[in-house]
Amino acid sequence: MNYHWDWGIFFKSTGVGSEIYLNWFVSGLGWTIAVALAGWIIALALGSVLGVMRTLPGKLLPTIATTYVELFRNVPLLVQLFIWYFLVPDLLPTPLEMWFKQGISPATSAYLSVVVCLGLFTAARVCEQVRTGIQALPRGQNNAALAMGFSTAQTYRFVLLPQAFRIIIPPLTSEFLNIFKNSSVASLIGLMELLAQTKQTAEFSANIFEAFTLATLIYFVLNMSLMGFMAWVEKRVRIPGMMGGSK
Amino acid sequence: MSAMISINNVSKWYGDFQVLTDCTTGVKKGEVVVVCGPSGSGKSTLIKCVNALEPFQKGEIIVDGIAVGDPKTDLPKLRSRVGMVFQHFELFPHLSITENLAIAQVKVLGRSQDEAREKGLKLLDRVGLKAHAHKFPGQLSGGQQQRVAIARALAMDPIAMLFDEPTSALDPEMINEVLDVMTELAQEGMTMMCVTHEMGFARRVAHRVIFMDKGAIVEDCDKDAFFGDINARSERARQFLSKILQH
Repeated sequence: MNYHWDWGIFFKSTGVGSEIYLNWFVSGLGWTIAVALAGWIIALALGSVLGVMRTLPGKLLPTIATTYVELFRNVPLLVQLFIWYFLVPDLLPTPLEMWFKQGISPATSAYLSVVVCLGLFTAARVCEQVRTGIQALPRGQNNAALAMGFSTAQTYRFVLLPQAFRIIIPPLTSEFLNIFKNSSVASLIGLMELLAQTKQTAEFSANIFEAFTLATLIYFVLNMSLMGFMAWVEKRVRIPGMMGGSK
Repeated sequence: MSAMISINNVSKWYGDFQVLTDCTTGVKKGEVVVVCGPSGSGKSTLIKCVNALEPFQKGEIIVDGIAVGDPKTDLPKLRSRVGMVFQHFELFPHLSITENLAIAQVKVLGRSQDEAREKGLKLLDRVGLKAHAHKFPGQLSGGQQQRVAIARALAMDPIAMLFDEPTSALDPEMINEVLDVMTELAQEGMTMMCVTHEMGFARRVAHRVIFMDKGAIVEDCDKDAFFGDINARSERARQFLSKILQH
């Protein structure tokens, strides 16, 4: 392969303002984190509510939650993103549509679309984790809580959820990493997150190998750090005398 | 003596399968009633109906003047006044022993943390486990956990206690420590309904013995009559007793 490697490229001027290429990566990483964290807050909150709904007695609430999961889990993420970005704004009431298309910057409208899209998509997956976490608990725990006089809400709040969330930390970690990786779809609607900045660097500098090597490295280090963080959380909330907990 | 728990003509079905057939009995204030019978005879189901952990389709159960099956009944309130002890203890594994004893006092009865803690410790001392207050359930033996579970139920100042096979999941060595606590409780005049196979306990402590088979109450008589006048018992009860008492 006849390729001229140049690792110094990241410190060279982009020709746009006074920026060097490294600035682009830093700014891209910032957007990636901003998208993923905001999406994760939506996913965790909505997913927990839906997960609880799926385990409640009765028909209506579980059916609503199940329908949600099937809908969001069975349509490709990219299709969902295009729907949120290109279709949904047209369906909004006119003032809201105008605000979305002209009132805010293109970056902001792309950001909002991708956060909503990733949040709702990941919520379906978090829902399933929460549901399985609750269902993995012995049925007697629910009975014991009710027998003490707890309402259904108190039973979830004080007895079922604290245990369920501990059980599902490992699969939840996986979803947490996924939302960071999935945030790269934002590059397809023009949000200048990490992948978009990488492509831009490759096009401007022609140093495509260096650009993608750095991007790979950043994603890798980012996700390893998140895994480390989640392992720390898991250790912190470990119950003495329980699986893997110290005696 | 007035009836604390009265069970009138209760029947229950799982789909087409009838698990309880016209059960009628009662427990008077201060009375200790032992419910025995072969596996699958409906003993546990019946006792769970008393505090509405299991719904029933026919008949009525009245606890301290309140109809359990009435949709208008405030079930959490009713349950908070009836203590229940389970086969598998069902302590809350994510909470320390102190917290297990205090949580329902605080969240259901509205007692202050200090008051609840103090009451919990007093009861823990009574079941001989004060030194374990800071531990978690997973760090205690089965017998110790069950004693904590009894203390936890007593902390709510119950008007009656329900025991659902409290010693069935215990190592033989630990059965007595739990039965001792129950015996002491009975001697203090607690109203108790106990599903158990411990015939020694029944003989020593119970006032009445109920024998169930195939979802129906076959025998419901005085302790002395049940164990003493064996020839007056039904064929099925004689069979059961001969098997259970020969060792």
